[in-house]
Amino acid sequence: METYYHPQDLPKFEEIGEEAPELAKKFFDYYAAVFAEGELTEREKALIALAVAHTVQCPYCIDAYTQACLERGSNLAEMTEAIHVATAIRGGSSLVHGVQMRNIAKKISL
Amino acid sequence: MQQHAQPLNENLNNAEKKVPVEPFRQTLAKHGLSLTRVKTTTLQVNVGLLCNQACRHCHLEAGPKSEEVMTEETMVQVVDLAGRIPFEAIDITGGAPEMNPNLPDMIERLAALTPRLMLRSNLTALAHGERDHLIDLCKQNQVVIVASFPSLNEAQSESQRGKGVFQESIGVLRKLNSMGYGKPGSGLELNLVSNPTGAFLPSSQEQLEKRFCQVLEKKWGIVFNNLFAFANVPLGRFRHWLERSGNLEKYLQKLATSFNPCAIEGLMCRSLISVSWDGFLFDCDFNQAVDLHMGGKKTHISKLKELPEPGEPIAISYHCYTCTAGSGFT
Repeated sequence: METYYHPQDLPKFEEIGEEAPELAKKFFDYYAAVFAEGELTEREKALIALAVAHTVQCPYCIDAYTQACLERGSNLAEMTEAIHVATAIRGGSSLVHGVQMRNIAKKISL
Repeated sequence: MQQHAQPLNENLNNAEKKVPVEPFRQTLAKHGLSLTRVKTTTLQVNVGLLCNQACRHCHLEAGPKSEEVMTEETMVQVVDLAGRIPFEAIDITGGAPEMNPNLPDMIERLAALTPRLMLRSNLTALAHGERDHLIDLCKQNQVVIVASFPSLNEAQSESQRGKGVFQESIGVLRKLNSMGYGKPGSGLELNLVSNPTGAFLPSSQEQLEKRFCQVLEKKWGIVFNNLFAFANVPLGRFRHWLERSGNLEKYLQKLATSFNPCAIEGLMCRSLISVSWDGFLFDCDFNQAVDLHMGGKKTHISKLKELPEPGEPIAISYHCYTCTAGSGFT
């Protein structure tokens, strides 16, 4: 096995249900409901998913939601901005913890 | 839908035999279906493959160098047919139909013979004021304009249709609006067609229409009546690109796995005859790209005595998966 990730494995996702079908059904039903149009459009939800996929760095999700974004009418500029949102939150979440560092440093410093 | 007739054999050439999907007829059979005609209500006329654009998804490989243009003689035969047999709709396509010099005459004659005459336009063929007389003629005859407009994004649009096309298209849509096209109560219908700008399937037509409506109005003050979202057909120039870019296999598999048996009933090929630029008859415009003649027989419009009977089989091939993917192509 030259890599753990193979694009042809993505369609096998539903096979996860072979071992615990009831749980899988609940998960996939919930998943489908989450991505159906509600207060947010399917296009908006796909952009959120794309950003999250980059945060969790899941190659399967990045592949699936790049296609989903394009299929739902998003363009590369919008998709890039979505990833920047994820990047800003991810970077910001590190930086904002600097407050803790400063609190601790202040407490133990003269 | 007829369930008894046998579909015509798929005409598989050597390249198509390597297609990594189940033959379309086999998929139909698995679902207990066959693809057969119903009453023919639409006449589609391809007036030539000459086009001012060379779009990368064009299944007929139309372009500025094409010499295939419908002659006046064939146009007369089309008008004769429409005079003998009433069609609920007549759909003029190309290439860019505007580049056929006999189009104005054809529009005038056909408009008198059908309640719904449609002209497919790439929009840029109507730009620069050179064909304003044609727009006036369309207005006078209440011709429905069906315009290609794939994306709200300039880069995406132009990756499919060529440089400069986006802004020109916006300009022509504004002009059409200023003449009443797309405006409520005008009786002048303006519809948009959006094909995906790559090897992926189209969005939900309803959601895409809603978004195009909001964005076109907000950004450019443009209005239209309906938007149709169609998948790209893996034939012609689009197929060449799929092959070169290494996307062919995955795209065909995507079309085949998205097969929706419920889409069969409303397919346009069931109620349409399509005339090629040289006057031969097909079940749809896509079949023209692979010489798959109507009912499997090469028939010229001048020899057509009567319309095909309901129940007659439709010529099919693997590209038919395009029209049955998801909600279908109607």
